Order: sequence, then structure tokens, then C-alpha cells
Amino acid sequence: MTALVRLQGIRRDFRVGDQVVHALDGIDLAVETGEYLAITGPSGSGKSTLLNVIGLLDRPTAGRYELRGEDVTLLSDEQQAAVRNRTIGFVFQFFHLVPRLTAQENVELPMLLAGIAPEERAGRAAAVLDRLGLADRRHHRPDQLSGGQRQRVAIARATVMQPALILADEPTGNLDTHSGAEVIGILEQLNAEGITLIVVTHDTGIAGRARRRVHIVDGAIQSDRARDPAHGETG
Amino acid sequence: MARPADVAAFALGALRGYRLRTLLMLVAMGIGVAAVVVLTALGEGARRYVADSFASLGTHLLIVLPGRAETRGGVPTTLMGETPRDLTLDDARALLRSRHIRRIAPISVGGSVVSWRARQRDSIVLGTSADFLAIRRWSMRRGRFLPRGELDAAEPVCIIGETVRRELFGVTPALGRWLRIGEYRFRVIGILASSGRSIGVDTQELVIIPVASAQAIFNNPSLFRIIVEARSREDIPRAKADILRIIRARHQGEEDITVITQDAVLATFDRIFRALTLAVGGIAAISLGVAGILIMNVMLVAVTQRRPEIGLLKALGATPRTILLLFLAEAALLSSAGAGLGLVVGQAGSWAVRLGFPVLPAYAPWWASLAGVLVAVGTGTLFSLLPARRAARLDPVAALARR
Repeated sequence: MTALVRLQGIRRDFRVGDQVVHALDGIDLAVETGEYLAITGPSGSGKSTLLNVIGLLDRPTAGRYELRGEDVTLLSDEQQAAVRNRTIGFVFQFFHLVPRLTAQENVELPMLLAGIAPEERAGRAAAVLDRLGLADRRHHRPDQLSGGQRQRVAIARATVMQPALILADEPTGNLDTHSGAEVIGILEQLNAEGITLIVVTHDTGIAGRARRRVHIVDGAIQSDRARDPAHGETG
Repeated sequence: MARPADVAAFALGALRGYRLRTLLMLVAMGIGVAAVVVLTALGEGARRYVADSFASLGTHLLIVLPGRAETRGGVPTTLMGETPRDLTLDDARALLRSRHIRRIAPISVGGSVVSWRARQRDSIVLGTSADFLAIRRWSMRRGRFLPRGELDAAEPVCIIGETVRRELFGVTPALGRWLRIGEYRFRVIGILASSGRSIGVDTQELVIIPVASAQAIFNNPSLFRIIVEARSREDIPRAKADILRIIRARHQGEEDITVITQDAVLATFDRIFRALTLAVGGIAAISLGVAGILIMNVMLVAVTQRRPEIGLLKALGATPRTILLLFLAEAALLSSAGAGLGLVVGQAGSWAVRLGFPVLPAYAPWWASLAGVLVAVGTGTLFSLLPARRAARLDPVAALARR
């Protein structure tokens, strides 16, 4: 079986002044379809950079990245944009909803960019929002929603194109415990339905729930292990 | 790829999202276009005012003056030592031999005291012939104009202007009364209608008598000038050649007259005013350029302000091209709306000018309005190319990282 994500010798260098910083220093990682993976590590360890590379938001300086068996580092900007649109859903710490658009319109954005007709967009967005318990919040703008509701809108937006992969960068970092647990619950539910889920977090409670945990230090994988059943379900 | 309608709707939404910014840009663009419209309307109005004044003089006219002008369109030089021959009634009559000339009116003019019973006033007395009325396109208020007949028939009849009638006769009916011009008595047979605008003369203060009578009163056999009407506009150059040929033949081969064509004078005025219109329009267009730079500045700020949004759109699968289009659409909508607003304000301004100065036909020429709008939309969009490119090239990671 081909891995959904396969990274080989991925490096990402940043030039700061006349120094070169190795944010990613030779990452080898394979993620199978349907996996639930947590990436942890201290601040500045390169875990967000890794997520950006996997999400095609950032190009690695060196190395090979295959998504569904296709080398995506060779794609043009336009082609990468299309892959992001159809295959990858993003959930961010700060939600990143467009403030002037309603929940419904925010969820429709990826479909709008894909050129899907308005009628179909409206139906699909409504269905997804409905499923996430936001049916009565469809026409509210982000500033009229609670943090947890905003993140649920963002998840609706990430899933409306039915992607193979969801990348979540500190999805609970800006939420209270209760909303955070709710959001993680939704993401895990999506994972249970077959969507591959990669979460970047430094919340050990959340990391402990993932079936596989990759720990990064100084741009390199320090440990990569499946969940120890004895220590699971502590969150 | 996003649909064009969705791109436009999204851009419109962004404009609505930043109301103050949008409003200020609309005002800036609007002022620019309105300035172009109003200023060109003023220039064009002035041009048409002059053109209309000339048209009221009658169309395709030529004016024959005694003496030769040294420069085209100038004043005849009688100061050159050479005394020109008189321009006589026979000369005038001879001009009718040309088949390019429809009619002529010889003119002899002078000032004289005009009186009826005890009342009297100084007046300009114009001696001419029956065709004068048609050539100058004047009309009668009451009675009739000079009778047709031989040019040298010095009939004792006169036509008076409205002011002369009021001051001499008051409420007494004037038609049929005999008034006195100098030593001669004339019967009033008509009263001129005030013909509104006309260059040089106020028709209301005139007294018109047969040309032969005027020559007798002023004791001067030479005509002041002859007004000639060509058969058509195209006939004007040939009529002019004919006039020169006929008079030269009659004046022993001497070309001692000047022929002014109305066209030449009008064309000069026309050129001056058109240049003026272009100049003020051009100055106004500079404000459009300024508005364009303002739009560029505002779009640059917008790109910086909306970095997270741009990053998000990229993460959701917007191509650089889509981002470029979104920002260009925003600028194009903004400048189009501003131009539309300016057009409305400009038309309203021109209307106000026409209301305030009814003699000035201040209508902006269509080409100026069109150019104003096109330049506005063009510069607005063009100047946004740089900010839009910047947005399209934005690194999504950096854009998303900032809060």
C-alpha cells in the first residue's frame, strides 16, 4: 500500500542574516491513509514548518515529498494550489475566518475557489455546518460566534471539499478546555470516518490521544512511536 | 478556477467591508472625473457660445470692405498712403453677376439725431437693402422691412428698433408716422424684433433706411461695406474669388478691397476654444492620475492589512492568478464606481452652470466624459497592478503567521 504522505530527506533552510538555520534537518516520515498523528516538540523545533511543507504552503530546500505516490515538490504554484484545494484541509490556531463573511460564506470559500456553482456550494456548506451543530449559526459573522463555534466553522471549511488529509496547527491553542475537547472530538470523529489527521500540538493531553506521536527537536525526528495503550486516554 | 461572478462578488464584499476607505476613494476618483466633465463643459460651452454668436450673423457670409488688408483677417490699412477707390452701389450690384452669390446687402452707416415731434435721440442709422433682413436672419415685430426695388431708389421709409420706438413714440402707435432723420422725413413702416444675441450691434437701437437715402443724408457715395451671402458653404471660396475679380475689373485692375469670410474668423475662434477645452480637460485629468496613485496607495495598505486573508485564500487553494484577479477586480470596481459617481456629479455641475449662466451652453463633450471615465478606470486598475502582484506573490506561511 502506498503511503498517503511520504517524506524523504526533507530539509528546509532559512537564511537569517548571513547565518543559515536548518528548520528541518533531514526528515523521513511516512503517513498511511487513515492515520491519526500528533507532531510535538518545543517551540522553534520545526514542527510547524514540517506541517507547512506537508500542506504545500512551503517548499523544502531539499528532499522528496510524495503525496499519494506523486512527487508534489515538482508541481508549479498553480498545480500545488489545486492539490491544496482538493486534497488538504487546514485548521489553524487562530481560526482564520474572513471577518466580513458569514459562517456559511466562509465554508463556501474553498468551493468558490474551485469554481463550483453557487447552488451546489450553498447546499454542501449548509449540510456540513448542520452536521457540526451550527445550523442556526449559518448567517452569523465570526465576531458573533464563540471561539469553539469559530473553530467548528473552520473545521467545516476544512472538510467541505472532502479532503484526504486534515492538517491542524494547535487547533485548541486558543480555546478553553471545554471547547478544546469538543473540537478534538470532532476531528477524531472525522478521522474515524477515514480522513487522515495530522495535529501539531504541544498539549501533551491531546498528543496522548493520537495513535502515533512524532516528537521533533531541532528539526529532526527524535522519537516516532505508536500510542502506549497503558498511558492513553488521559486527556 | 473561481468564476468571474464570484470574483466580482468577493471584491465587492471586500469593498463593503472597509466602508470609510471605499468612500474616500470614491470621493477622490469622483472629484477627478467630475472636474474633467465640468471643466470641459465650460470650455465647450464657451466655444459654442462664440460659434452660435457667429451663426446668428447668418451662415456662409462674406464681408467686403474698401481698402486692402495687409494681413489675413486683419483690419484694412487705409494708412498706407494709397487712397482706395470708393465701394459704390454699382460695385455692389455688379457682384450679383456671380452665380456663387445668392444675395447682397450694401451698407452705409452713420450716426444721426432722430426725432418725432418734441422727442429726439441719437441713433445709429443703417442704410441697406431689402435682402439685409434675410442675410442677417433678423425678423420683424410689426410692419414690413425695406421694399424691394432699385438700390438707388431713395424712398423715405424707415424701420426702427424697439428702444427707438419706445423712446420716441411711447404708447402712441408708431407705424405710419413720419419721423425726422437729420434734414429728411421718413415714414415708419416696420419695427424690428429684438433678435437676441448678435455680434456688434444692438438691434433695438437701430434705425434702418434705404441705402440711397443714407448716402444722401451722410453725403457719402462710398459704402461702409457689402455683406454677401454665398449660395452654400462650399461656394464661399469661389464667391470670394468672383468678388475680387469683379471689383478688380471695375477698379482699373486694382485690388483695393478686403474680403473677410466668416468661416475664417469662426475657425480661428473654434481652434482657440478647442485648445482651451483640451487644456483645462488635461489639467483636470492630472487629478485622475493623482486619484490613481491614491488607489495604488490604498491597495498597498489593503494588501498589508489583509495578509492573513490572502494567506488563508492560498491555503484554501487560491492560485496566485486568482489572488491577482481578486485585487484587480476590487480596484476596477472601486474606480468604476468612482468614475460613475464623478460623471453624475459632473453632469449635475454642468447643469448648475447652465442654470446659473443660461447663455453658456455648458454641455461636456461626449468624448471628454468618455475619456474621463476610461482614464479613471484605466489608471485605477493599472496602478493596482503592483499591489495585486505583491498580494499574489505573498508567502502564505508568513502571511498566516502574522496576526
